[in-house]
Amino acid sequence: MAIDNATVVLERGKSHRVAETLSRARELAIVLVILVIFFGTGIKTSGFANLTSIQQILTNASLFVLLAIGETMVIVTRNVDLSVGSTLGISAFLVGDYYTHNPHPSVVLAFVIGIGVGAVCGSVIGFIVTVAKVPSLVVSLAGLYIIRGILNIIGLGIQIEPSVIPQGFQKIGYETWAGIPWIFIVPAVVALVAGFAMRSFRSMREFYAIGSNPVAAQLAGVPVARRVFTAFLISGSLAGLGGVLFVSEFATVNATAGTGYELLVVASCVIGGVAIFGGSGTVIGAALGAILLQLINQALVVTNVSPFWDPALAGALILVTISFDRLLSNRAALALRLKDSAASVK
Amino acid sequence: MSSETPVIDEQELGLVGQRRAFSARSLIRWEGALVLLFIFSLIYGGSTTTDFFSKDTIFFAGINFGLIAIMALPEMLIITTGEIDLSVAAMLGLACATFGYLFEHHVEIFLAMLITLGVGALGGALNGFLITRLGLPSIAVTIGTLTMFRGLAEVILGTNELTNFGGPWTDIGTNTIPGTPFAWTFGIFVVLALIYGIVLHFTSTGRSIFAIGLQQEAAFFSGIRVKRIKFNLYLISGIVCAFAGLLYTYQTNTSRYDAGTGLELNVVAIVLFGGVSIFGGRGTMLGVFLSVIAVGTFDQVLTIKNVSSQEQSIVFGVLLLASVVIPNLPRGYRAVRQRLVSRTAS
Repeated sequence: MAIDNATVVLERGKSHRVAETLSRARELAIVLVILVIFFGTGIKTSGFANLTSIQQILTNASLFVLLAIGETMVIVTRNVDLSVGSTLGISAFLVGDYYTHNPHPSVVLAFVIGIGVGAVCGSVIGFIVTVAKVPSLVVSLAGLYIIRGILNIIGLGIQIEPSVIPQGFQKIGYETWAGIPWIFIVPAVVALVAGFAMRSFRSMREFYAIGSNPVAAQLAGVPVARRVFTAFLISGSLAGLGGVLFVSEFATVNATAGTGYELLVVASCVIGGVAIFGGSGTVIGAALGAILLQLINQALVVTNVSPFWDPALAGALILVTISFDRLLSNRAALALRLKDSAASVK
Repeated sequence: MSSETPVIDEQELGLVGQRRAFSARSLIRWEGALVLLFIFSLIYGGSTTTDFFSKDTIFFAGINFGLIAIMALPEMLIITTGEIDLSVAAMLGLACATFGYLFEHHVEIFLAMLITLGVGALGGALNGFLITRLGLPSIAVTIGTLTMFRGLAEVILGTNELTNFGGPWTDIGTNTIPGTPFAWTFGIFVVLALIYGIVLHFTSTGRSIFAIGLQQEAAFFSGIRVKRIKFNLYLISGIVCAFAGLLYTYQTNTSRYDAGTGLELNVVAIVLFGGVSIFGGRGTMLGVFLSVIAVGTFDQVLTIKNVSSQEQSIVFGVLLLASVVIPNLPRGYRAVRQRLVSRTAS
């Protein structure tokens, strides 16, 4: 990709404002698309536009929202984490295993185990990426295989049954609070906190600096390695938390839990406006992207269009959004350049 | 990939001749390591299993690994230009489904094969168009087309499974090349690898591919038709993967939409394990060939020893990780030593 002169010339305030407006517009656009699809389906199929389907969609989306938050942080630093599906799997399995072997389990400890396992996976990958200076695509790809392999060795042929999972814990998966499923409240809170942090915290703003230009960030005194490591640590921990929620949602786990999630998560981020080469994108956008994918899935089911169309449409949606993004950012860059040259003439 | 900012490194700033000698030597070392892994697998397999050096072993090794090997060839060229193609296995699935559908509807077999290859060309052209003409990041585009191709395969076949592909040609999936123990799939791989190797290392197109991977802008300004070459690589990749889809159908005598699910990451891994740089511009066809042979043999040993394919993934991951971490060790060591020296000096 060509170096964009316009963005280099810009003063900080202006570029910040433009980026802000663009991402705001992006989030609004996704919300619009979500509303259109939701009510469009509702008009076509009576009994769709109600609370139950919203709850269903949010429940289905919750794991992907959670993973997309961590993935956004990693992608913003111009890295990628393909190991999240495997990390979620091993965390879910170990939480299930904990319940199997403890007659008097504590829910808090289940969360600690899940998040801890995820944190270990994330920090190992982050450590290799930052210390050995190896491309994260390769490291996390290797991580995907290795973590899944370990899970297969410890969990070969074991199926954790719903009977060992306490009812109280399973309630997270199906009970609601003020109409919102509990399982969605967790990722929603995480998204709000992470969204605020990535807007306002200096250390999190540095993620964007690293992603825009790693060398410049390094020279400007940003502790690049530490920040990238943190991004992987958060991504891994959230995948671990996702594992805990997986157990509460499905109440049954085997060694294939979370297989293939990684590409869906990256797709959610891309649809949500996170630039794959880093430097821009918001957590809220990625979360909305994940919800949109699940909504399409659900809408196809109820409209009796063959559900087989779901992945085909999702793929087309990814292509359309990135093409559209490129169009928008080209126009924005052009407008900035014109404005800039006009200013320098004055 | 191509936008990866070069890391400032004394090595890069040094004499070009010196650097080339260095990288050539390290490449030979890497290929030597692959040969060692191959020999080790042979000795290990021969000593721990009975009948390892039998015709069956050689045949099944070719069958089991041949499709990944064939898809690795176009992938290698694409990665060398600094891009990536994650849609290869989905194209295999789409081709498999298309061919099955046509066969079911009594389309003449040669015509069915031609149409299938045409679908591959179309898919490849779509990738190429989006990446070169719209300038979209290849990783995002091919995640999109991965989802879409797999989805279209599902739309064509649903969850049906078609079997019984009788007729001329179809036995090339299950027969050996007359007079040898090798599977046709393996023979086709060797021929394709030769063609690819000659194009990459002995033609001006091949030199252009390396040039694009090393410095895309410089390549463009020295008159290399960057977009056309990349477009053609994606086009050919689509056709070759569709061909692999045909072979899959012949080998398994079944047509199903989920043929080859998840193989894309294996394909990328096998290319990287062959010493090809994920950032483009570096790598040899010999390396990829040896990587296929070594990993394929090792895989076969593990299969004979009844290690499940899920557990094999851990070996695969470790090898992949080693392939990127080990070449980086000298640089990491130098960096650490430098830091220690400067610390003691101050």
